[in-house]
Formats: sequence, structure tokens, C-alpha cells
Amino acid sequence: MITVPTDERGVTFLDDVVKETPGGERITHCMQCGSCGGSCPNGPEMDHTPRELIALIRAGQRERVLASNTMWCCVSCYACTSRCPQDIPVTDIMYALKRMSLREGLAKTDAPALARTFTGLLDKYGRSFEFGLASRFYLFNRPLAMLKMGPLGLSMFTRGRMALIPTKIRQLDQLQLIIRKARELGASS
Amino acid sequence: MKYAYYPGCSLERSSVAYDVSVREVADALGIELVEIDDWNCCGATEYFSQDELVACSVVARNLSLVDPELDQLIASCAACYLNLKKTDRLMVEHPDLNAKVNEALAAGGLSYPAGRVRVRHLLDVIHSDVGEAAIREKVLRPLTHLRVAPYYGCQVVRPFGDFDNPEYPMKLDELFGWLGADVVDYPAKTHCCSGHMTQISEVQAFELIRRLLQSAVDRRADMILCMCPMCQLNLDAYQRRVNGYFKTDFRMPIVFFTQVMGLGLGIAADRLGFGKEIVPAMPVLEDKLGPGALESVA
Repeated sequence: MITVPTDERGVTFLDDVVKETPGGERITHCMQCGSCGGSCPNGPEMDHTPRELIALIRAGQRERVLASNTMWCCVSCYACTSRCPQDIPVTDIMYALKRMSLREGLAKTDAPALARTFTGLLDKYGRSFEFGLASRFYLFNRPLAMLKMGPLGLSMFTRGRMALIPTKIRQLDQLQLIIRKARELGASS
Repeated sequence: MKYAYYPGCSLERSSVAYDVSVREVADALGIELVEIDDWNCCGATEYFSQDELVACSVVARNLSLVDPELDQLIASCAACYLNLKKTDRLMVEHPDLNAKVNEALAAGGLSYPAGRVRVRHLLDVIHSDVGEAAIREKVLRPLTHLRVAPYYGCQVVRPFGDFDNPEYPMKLDELFGWLGADVVDYPAKTHCCSGHMTQISEVQAFELIRRLLQSAVDRRADMILCMCPMCQLNLDAYQRRVNGYFKTDFRMPIVFFTQVMGLGLGIAADRLGFGKEIVPAMPVLEDKLGPGALESVA
């Protein structure tokens, strides 16, 4: 009998992905039609299309999947989800893979840094802060690219479309308590 | 008509033109917007990439802060709309997640019964609740001869949006028909603007933006109408760099649908956020709509 590898807990990679994705059990209905990859605007940038990734998940190829750039190229346009004839929540699977790849330290792009910088500012102010996001992300991750972004930033700034100081919500404490609690609950499940 | 309103962070600053024009248009149409007090950022795509429970809890705080007398919430930003709608749906469909989100909310003294608030996009409310007859009646400056490309983007119509076709939506097309505009059949109307791909692979992002601009040029559109801050930003602010990269000469104004709709309702351009766009829209509007096109119509 051919079997898919399990880990020391006796679960397959597929089990983990299904558990991490709301509605993830639909993944076993994938018939490899490729509608997802064909609908994806960023397919050309991906080292595996979503269809391939689903096959790799089912084959138990944990590291290949979690080290792939595929999910980090997903911009959440939901074209795949909307078109999947088997109702697989492909975009949500991409989110699940991003989270698993971060937890297991396998992410290879600087997209996670962008995500962390964004939510770090949200945690601190309760609102997003575009100037803070752009300046921090570029300074720490792509200092040279900052030069190219300069004119764009300036044209936004001169039209009053970029603030240099963040907006804070009033009940920041409340939001931070909620975030802390959610983080605890997520970690313990 | 009274609704709760969630503007979202982009509308505070980078898309302030959307915010002011939404409020002007709502006012003209008799839609009362009750802004959620002390709302927080919806987390965009970035929290769902890291921690689903935190992502949902951050969004649910906003849902829990909706005025208890109101059960409908309008969002105008596509990403906020999607996150609000998605979180509510996840909470309804997954009791375990719902319990945890409410436990997190309780740490801040809040709660949210899943499904209590119906999240709606502004376009849906304008199209369905105000409707054709009332809008036609309020047109003070028909947008005759203005060729607009209606651009829906991704997140309003897919997959949680429930008011239009996800592949080829028509509500924005119809609305601008009522306003008298010359609405072009825009085949790229639900194509991706590249989202945050500009920060991941610029060249790939530039190509997606180029296709959207070229498709509008091919249909001889005067401007592209957006309903998402990210779409507007990518097509407008990156247009010069796209031109530099492909040696093209796009000069396509990218504006929010509410700005142009406001003109149709007779509101002056200076109250609709015109001039915030990087590729100027006002010269085109004056050229197409005639002298006085930017002034208010009493």
C-alpha cells in the first residue's frame, strides 16, 4: 500500500493544512483542473501554481510547500476561490500556508516582513500608518529601493495623501487587550 | 435611510478623495452615515497572513461597536468590506472560532453576536436602496459625453460580495448609465490591480497595471472609475513608473466613482476631492462636460 508520510504525531501535512483552513476539508475534492492557476494574476511569479501546491500538500511535501513563494505572491484577489468548480477556498488555503510557513520559519521572501511591519503598527496605533509602513519596510528590508520610491512618496505627500504622523484610536488599551487575548487563545489551540 | 459607516484607514489619508466624496454623495442621496465610534484598522490582508484569530478579533471589534440600533453597515473600501463580511461569515459558520473571537472581545469588555450586522458595500446601497428612479431624479449635470471605464477590482465582487456577478459585474455600469455617462464595456473590470504585489515584485505589478490602463485606452475611456483605495493608488501613483518601465505614455485619470457621481448630482469639484489624484482628472472633465463642469449646479 502506498501511504502519505505522517509525522511523530501520526498526522499528515494535509491534516495540518485542513485544520488551519476554515472549510479546508474541501481540498480533498481537488481534481487538478488548474482553474486556480489559470485565474491567478500572479501565476508567472510563483514557483508552484496553486494547483501544483494542492497536489504537493496531498503528497505530504511539507517543506517544498512551506518554503515555496506561491502563497506570498497571493494578493487575495479571490479569483481562484470564486472559480474553483469544487468549492475549495484556495485563497484561504494560501493564508493558512502563510501562517504555517511563518510558524515553522520556512518563509523565504521579505513579504512576511511587510506583513509584520503592517500589523506591528496596527497593534501600536489601532490604525494603519502608510508612511511608517513604507519607511520602515524599505529601510530595514530594501534600503536601495527607497530611492525609487521617493518621487512617488513625494507626490502623495504634496497632495496631502500621506501623513507623517500616525492617527491613534482612543481606546487603544481595549484593542491591545483583545489582540493579546486572541493571540493567547490561538497559541493554546 | 440610516446606516452604520466604516471608512477605514485609507480613506483617512491616501484616499481622502473617496471619503469626502462618499459623504457628499450620501448626503445628496439622503443616506445618513453613522460612523463607528473609535473604529480600528481592519488588518487588510496582513493579519490573516499571520494569525487568523487575531485577524478576526480585530475586525470583530469594529462589528461590536456598531450602534445597537443599526443592523446594516456600509463600507466603501474594498478590503475593509471584504474583511468585515468575511469575519462575520466565518463567525456564523464556525462556532468554535466564534466562541474564541467573543472570548477575545470580552477581554476588552465587548461582544458580537455573529450575523447581527449586515455588511454592505456603498455601491450596493446606492444601486439597490436608493435605486434608479431616485437617482435619475437627482441628476443635475448629466455626464453626457464622458466616457468612463467602470473598474470593480477584486474584493467587492469576490467571493463574499453578494450583490453583483463576480466575473462580470454591472451595477457600476448601470449607475453611470443613469447619470448619463457614456459607459465603456471594460473587459478588465474585475482584473487584479496587483494589490501589494508592488511591494513584492514590481515588474509583475507593472504588467498588471499596464494591462488595465491599456484596456481602458483601447476602449477610448476618458477615465477609470475605482471603488477601492488600493486600485486607485496602484493605477494612479504607479502610472508614471509604469510609463517609465514600458516606455508608454499613459495619462489616464484614476478617480473614485463617488467623485464623478457627485459631479453628476451637481456638487462642485472642490468638495469632491478632485486634485488629489496624481494624473489630473479636472482638465478632462472640463473638456468633456463643458465650461462650468466643476462648479456646483444649484
